[in-house]
Amino acid sequence: MIVDDMLKIGDREINSRFFLGTGKFQDKRMIRDVIESSGPHIVTVALRRVDIASEDENVLDNIPGRCILMTNTSGARTADEAVRIANLAEAAGCEKWIKIEIINDNKYLLPDNLETLKAVDALSSKGFTVLPYMCPDLAMAKRMVSAGAAAVMPLGAPIGSNRGLKTEEIVKIMVNELDVPVIVDAGLGVPSDAVKCMELGCAAVLVNTAIATSNDPVNMAIAFSEAVVSGRRAFLAGMRPMINVAEASSPLTGFLREEK
Amino acid sequence: MKIRINGKERSTGKADNLIELAKDMKLNLKHIVIEHNLNIIPRDRWGEVSLTEGDSIEIVNFVGGG
Repeated sequence: MIVDDMLKIGDREINSRFFLGTGKFQDKRMIRDVIESSGPHIVTVALRRVDIASEDENVLDNIPGRCILMTNTSGARTADEAVRIANLAEAAGCEKWIKIEIINDNKYLLPDNLETLKAVDALSSKGFTVLPYMCPDLAMAKRMVSAGAAAVMPLGAPIGSNRGLKTEEIVKIMVNELDVPVIVDAGLGVPSDAVKCMELGCAAVLVNTAIATSNDPVNMAIAFSEAVVSGRRAFLAGMRPMINVAEASSPLTGFLREEK
Repeated sequence: MKIRINGKERSTGKADNLIELAKDMKLNLKHIVIEHNLNIIPRDRWGEVSLTEGDSIEIVNFVGGG
């Protein structure tokens, strides 16, 4: 965390710009180690029908109480289904923080922005803090903000693809034009992808697959959280523009040669 | 009595309300949510909702997700 650089979403101050997704961890107990070592404040979970056959322990048992649990609406194909999932999460005693994720494309898992907008409208008017996962699109993001989105979460690349910030140009425009935090969610594969997002001025990143499926999730999570801080520091420091010719960093005069 | 639980037909056995059903199924009651015929039933009312032939019950809990 950087002094005097608090991230505010809705009415909450968030003390880490590194958000963690908890899917795909082979051993759920690993989630606690990852959170303790990398320090995310916002952690996402999903809701599913109970598996009667399995005695699997509940994922919540491995998430420290200081984290804000943000339930995603994965599995929803329409706004109505997303609202139903959000209501179930609230009934489970969760905070009213929802990541809206509405997908009806099974190949690329790209979100349906129009259904997402409807769900933002419905859930923010019911008092939820709503963060929509979306295909990067400035006009749609503006509509979502007008409908009550507390932040927007454009994708960097398809979920789980590890391809990095392929949507850089549009994300950069969204960062410049929107008054709410822009959080890159999905597709980031390596810590340098997270640095890139933060250098552009994104408010935070959400990472899951790249960490959960690495050989050493604890160290990969630390690497991502350090990358987020590093990129954020560079953004705050102010980066210089690129130029096409050299600009000497050592003085070129007054050494071993006669001045002309 | 036959009801549908999470999309599958099931016999209720001796259970005649939601809390008995959940205990019968040996569910960890701490984090589950129960929907009875599309209505979410608050935890403190599980004992009051009786089961009727043909009821549709959804029982969900939290799993890892991104």
